[in-house]
Amino acid sequence: MLTKRVKKRIIFLILILLLSILSVFFILNSLKKNILYFSSPTEIKQREDIPFGKAMRVGGMVKKGSITINQKNIQFTVTDFENEILISYSGSVPNLFAEGKGVVAEGKLSDKNFFIASRILAKHDENYMPPEIKEIIKKNAK
Amino acid sequence: MLSNIGVALLLLVLILSFLIIYNSSLELKTSSQSIRKNIYQLSLFQITFTVLSFFTLIIGFINSDFSLINVYENSHTAKPLFYKIAGTWGNHEGSLLLWVNILVIFSYLFLIFNHTHNKKFRLYTLIFQNILILGFLFFLLLNSNPFNSIYPVPAEGLGLNPILQDPALAIHPPLLYVGFVGCSIYFSAAMASLLSSYAGKLFAQSIKTWVKISWCFQTLGIIVGSIWAYYELGWGGFWFWDPVENASLLPWFAITALMHSLIVLEKRNTLYSWVIILCLSTFILSVTGTFLVRSGILNSVHTFASDPSRGIYILSFLSFMIFSALIIFFTKYKKENYNFNLKSRETFILANNWFMVFFLVTVLIGMLYPIFLDVLTNVKISVGPPFFNIVIIPLAIPLMFLMAIGPKFSWIKSQNKFFYKILFLILGAIIINLFIFYFFGKYSLLSNLIFIAAIFLILYSLLDIKNIFNKKNKFKLPRVTSHLSFGFLVFFIGINYQFSLEEDFNLKVGEIKETNNYEINFEEIKIKENKNYKAVIGNFKLTNLKSNLVQYLNPEIRIYSNPETLTYEAAIKTRVTSDLYLTMSNVSRSDYYNIKFQKKPFMIWIWISALMISLGGFIQLILKKNEN
Repeated sequence: MLTKRVKKRIIFLILILLLSILSVFFILNSLKKNILYFSSPTEIKQREDIPFGKAMRVGGMVKKGSITINQKNIQFTVTDFENEILISYSGSVPNLFAEGKGVVAEGKLSDKNFFIASRILAKHDENYMPPEIKEIIKKNAK
Repeated sequence: MLSNIGVALLLLVLILSFLIIYNSSLELKTSSQSIRKNIYQLSLFQITFTVLSFFTLIIGFINSDFSLINVYENSHTAKPLFYKIAGTWGNHEGSLLLWVNILVIFSYLFLIFNHTHNKKFRLYTLIFQNILILGFLFFLLLNSNPFNSIYPVPAEGLGLNPILQDPALAIHPPLLYVGFVGCSIYFSAAMASLLSSYAGKLFAQSIKTWVKISWCFQTLGIIVGSIWAYYELGWGGFWFWDPVENASLLPWFAITALMHSLIVLEKRNTLYSWVIILCLSTFILSVTGTFLVRSGILNSVHTFASDPSRGIYILSFLSFMIFSALIIFFTKYKKENYNFNLKSRETFILANNWFMVFFLVTVLIGMLYPIFLDVLTNVKISVGPPFFNIVIIPLAIPLMFLMAIGPKFSWIKSQNKFFYKILFLILGAIIINLFIFYFFGKYSLLSNLIFIAAIFLILYSLLDIKNIFNKKNKFKLPRVTSHLSFGFLVFFIGINYQFSLEEDFNLKVGEIKETNNYEINFEEIKIKENKNYKAVIGNFKLTNLKSNLVQYLNPEIRIYSNPETLTYEAAIKTRVTSDLYLTMSNVSRSDYYNIKFQKKPFMIWIWISALMISLGGFIQLILKKNEN
């Protein structure tokens, strides 16, 4: 027979275990819903199963001379030196956003050539380049 | 010249560290009660030389001595003096030297201030702290020496990254470093405590001041960084759930948990192993954060240019730390008896720890998951702010309830005689929330609950403050201050989130835009030459169409010459009830300027309540000092 004390302890342990499983499940579940995939323009061109209308990130270099601006928004072309994609963004751009510099845009694809960004990511350092973009450039510069 | 002095000083520190370790381990075997004089002397020399080496580097920056690569890369003669000095720790090498300085300073202070404690315990602490000092000193000398020289000496430096030329960011790294590196001392003390069996209550007393000091500075450092992000990065927010911000939050959760469970150890002499785990993990998380940020593994909006070789060194040192900590912990682990009553203060403190660990795990998973996925499957992802908001914010509701009532329970076992008070205050909170909901705007159920919980915490803490002044029991003041401010912080963040206005549009000079009861008139552009940059200043006239109040805002585009960079400075009009926030940028050199206009209610109160949280910690430090 289990004493009262041991019983109490077992219930306590089971409760803790359940609570931890529940919280881990909760964390992983919300994680799954909120991840943003990163793609290069080439990946967008080549992949068949790219989701439209789902939030994602696109990165590359801002093509020289491609920035245009009108009353509503800014448009620019992002290139990985193989393929390009047109990005439209309304909002103010962060510090250090410039032609010929690396950029990461967050938003939704409207088709394979057109991306509507809701946010442009800022970088503090003019020498810094996001690792993803560095890789793309290394691959395509050969 | 300076290069040789600096390196010589660092080598001296290196030798002194070895000597301290050697002498301390000899001293362990002697039977006398006090520590020999020569260990104090060696430590005094060590701290002197370390601080001198830091001043040597500062002198290099002040005099713009470009024979040092570090100065050449991060400074410029045209920079204002203040930023020349701040440039010392505004880069990787210099900040690492600051890191070593703090390690040494804490080592010395711990040695001289804890003289009432067990000798073996103090000696072991000193040995472990010096092993840490050696580890980082080798890293500094071999990989990131701030005193490396360059020949021929360049005539001019490359300049400091303009975004870093800012008062908040000049003090941000030292604050955060005192907070993070300050954790090292109770990492060492925890290891020493395991080895010397100096456990329980006395151990808690020996480290509690150090825990509080580093908690205060960490909190302050995170807040200052956040304030900086608010006015400098130009997007109007202050917390981004960015990997670098998360990295700073991880040790904060651990240390907050530690600070609370340490009280249980001191008062009830239980939870010893858990306190040790928290001591060890706080510093390990601090170093992990630094490793992730410095190695460039994290893709962050805050990342600076990085170098993978740094990562490898920090990673191997980190693994060494973790492994030795684990080995010592498990060989010395003793079973403890836990006997908690549900209705006691220790149970509530454990609940606090549960929340802190939950937040820590959440943030850790959100931060590391992309890295693992990248390594394993080569798929690149990032975890967005919604994840953290969904997981963390709902849990703030029960946390705030517990924060209010937890401290009311007494140790061991208590009766619930304040049940009606709680009920009454919850009703009050619901009514206040309904009032806000009805008169100012509608929001979701979750937000309603958050407001209710925050208002409940505020009301409860205000009653506590009243009691403190009636009974003159000032020792509760620090806790109440921090808890009350946390309530206010959540409350104001909630209000800010619910009632912010944001509008993006493009304007030419002379155009007028009407939006949300505001008329924005882009009147003119002026150009101004400054010492180290050229500024394009926009002149905006803002008219509130309801009250006809006219305000002028002047955002700037700054063109820095060395290094050549553009930055956008937001114009912020702070008032008691709200901030007006306006940024302008121009990317294509066309006539159109890109305008972001925001109205953010109660911004200033968010900062004040956040600062008050850390103020609570400082009040406690002062009270403790007077008590002794």
